[in-house]
Amino acid sequence: MGYQITRETANRVFEQLKQSYDIFAPKFFSGEGCFSDTDIIRYGKVNTLDEIQWEHRSDYSFKESLFAINETLFYFTENETTVPAGPEKKIMIFLKSCDLHALKRLDAIYLENGPEDFYYKRLREKAVFVLMGCQETCATGFCASMGTNRTEQYDMYLKISGDTVLADVKSQELQTYFQNTDGRTCEVTPDYVTENAEKVTLPQHLSVDSYQNPIWEEYGSRCIGCGRCNFACPTCTCFTMQDILYRDNENVGERRRVWASCQVDGYTEIAGGVDFRKTQGQRMRFKVMHKIYDFEKRFGYPMCVGCGRCDAICPEYISYANLINKLSKEEA
Amino acid sequence: MGLDINTKKAKKNAFRIGKVRGEGASRIRVPGGYLKAEILGQVQKIAEEYGNGIVHLTTRQGFEIEGIKLEDMDKINEMLQPIIEILDINQEIPGTGYPASGTRNVSACIGNNVCPFANYNTSEFAKRIEKAIFPNDLHFKIALTGCPNDCGKVRMHDFGIIGMTLPQYDPSRCVSCQACIKGCKSFSVDALRMENYKIIRDEEKCIGCGVCITKCPTRAFTRSPKKYYKLTLMGRTGKRNPRLGEDFLIWTDEDTIVKIILNTYRFVKEYIDPKAPGGKEHIGYIIDRVGFTEYKKWALEGVELLPETQINECIYWNGIHFD
Repeated sequence: MGYQITRETANRVFEQLKQSYDIFAPKFFSGEGCFSDTDIIRYGKVNTLDEIQWEHRSDYSFKESLFAINETLFYFTENETTVPAGPEKKIMIFLKSCDLHALKRLDAIYLENGPEDFYYKRLREKAVFVLMGCQETCATGFCASMGTNRTEQYDMYLKISGDTVLADVKSQELQTYFQNTDGRTCEVTPDYVTENAEKVTLPQHLSVDSYQNPIWEEYGSRCIGCGRCNFACPTCTCFTMQDILYRDNENVGERRRVWASCQVDGYTEIAGGVDFRKTQGQRMRFKVMHKIYDFEKRFGYPMCVGCGRCDAICPEYISYANLINKLSKEEA
Repeated sequence: MGLDINTKKAKKNAFRIGKVRGEGASRIRVPGGYLKAEILGQVQKIAEEYGNGIVHLTTRQGFEIEGIKLEDMDKINEMLQPIIEILDINQEIPGTGYPASGTRNVSACIGNNVCPFANYNTSEFAKRIEKAIFPNDLHFKIALTGCPNDCGKVRMHDFGIIGMTLPQYDPSRCVSCQACIKGCKSFSVDALRMENYKIIRDEEKCIGCGVCITKCPTRAFTRSPKKYYKLTLMGRTGKRNPRLGEDFLIWTDEDTIVKIILNTYRFVKEYIDPKAPGGKEHIGYIIDRVGFTEYKKWALEGVELLPETQINECIYWNGIHFD
């Protein structure tokens, strides 16, 4: 159901939503960029519609709202473990089409890939998703190439244009917030881009031989293994485990899961010190092949959604998009 | 008729009296080394019309237009006017050139306009100091650098200003990748360690360089909203006792630094050797004579330090002694 309401009404609706939902959206963090006097956009809890960054793609994806960077799985004392209570409130996440497609990948990994993940599931069940349209392509994104530029899988679409707010509300529960407003119903269709400046063609004939491609070492020699590409990526889901023993009493502590990166040292290190992928080139190969090959073999669609964040955040100017295009060109 | 020129006046007017009789150089100060490219064209024009076509890039971020005729100084001053205006140099009478040259150009590294390591906008702060102290004929050297790498070599100046940031750590964003620890160890002072998978910063050791922040891949480390500085004092080159400046204030702010510099001018006016040649005596030698305690009293008059500022109450300089 589409609605047209005033900005003022939208603010009131937002206030009402806040009663039931913790609302997460891309937010501007002044001065928190990597370098002095630079800013970033990342996800955070928002209190007003004005706080939401509609135009620019966030530097880090929405995934931290659903899959915390640090999450305590349980606390332990000598004989007992306690699982922390899940969130009381429901959560609402504002995101763009590429990220909504990424949600499908997160669900695939955490809910459809063997046993369901308890922690992911309990948050996911409380989450609703609000689509933010794209009027223009972002600089490094290639959603059109990946077919992630459009989506219908939203609970609500919201667009602010001046004093007018347009909403397409699919969720019946959310419709109740709009039904008693002074707005009018109308047809609302989400904005989306049909073309990006960045165009990517996936290679079609990757095989075991791709393993030997010198491209991995070429890019690997440039990679510093910082993991920014993974941490910014909306589809990377790896984590590691940490057992923390409290300093005042080492019989008590907690187990956390913490985001991990396949590019950072230690990812493939096992007991005894064996490390399966030692060089950055090997790690780069693993990451790229997972994004465009391995995942697809298992789930039937590529993992990468073409948001372009990895290209934008790499301090060494490694372009994942260009790397993939090079692979495709070699095939031609 | 021989040239009849007041060389003392000419020098204060930012002209150098050269070794070839009747010739010299026009010195153009560029505060913070920050200039619009159009000034380069204007410098070229003066050099080709009045000089020998050669410009020396000075060690203090200025231009020295070589081979000018001393009799052309007035005409050159007129041509300098647009440069002086673009650079926003304090000047009482337009068209009369740079009004003083005793206090040297406030120089700066490129700073955070460009450099990823810099912790502040060095040229902006340099200009603020410029506006506060010029014109001035007392011999002061002030330099600014964006971070403790000290590419600006500010420790060789009377006042060295080094950019700092106080790292803000959000453990909930930290993934224990240790990029900060490795960065601090290899680029800085090894002030970080990990305990229970989270970072502990040795506050005594940390020099506020910001390397941890630039290395952090998740924004667990970010910069403090407030910009901090280290103020080093009385570094110098020279014949008798060259030495590096010593830390005076650590974790201080811009207002304090400007106040201390202005207070130091008052101190120098009070204590400068009345017989100093050309009214020029290095501040450091004056402090050597009257003692640091007396200097500190003057320097900190009316200054309220931030609660987080560390002060070195007593400073001893060593350096190389030839005296």
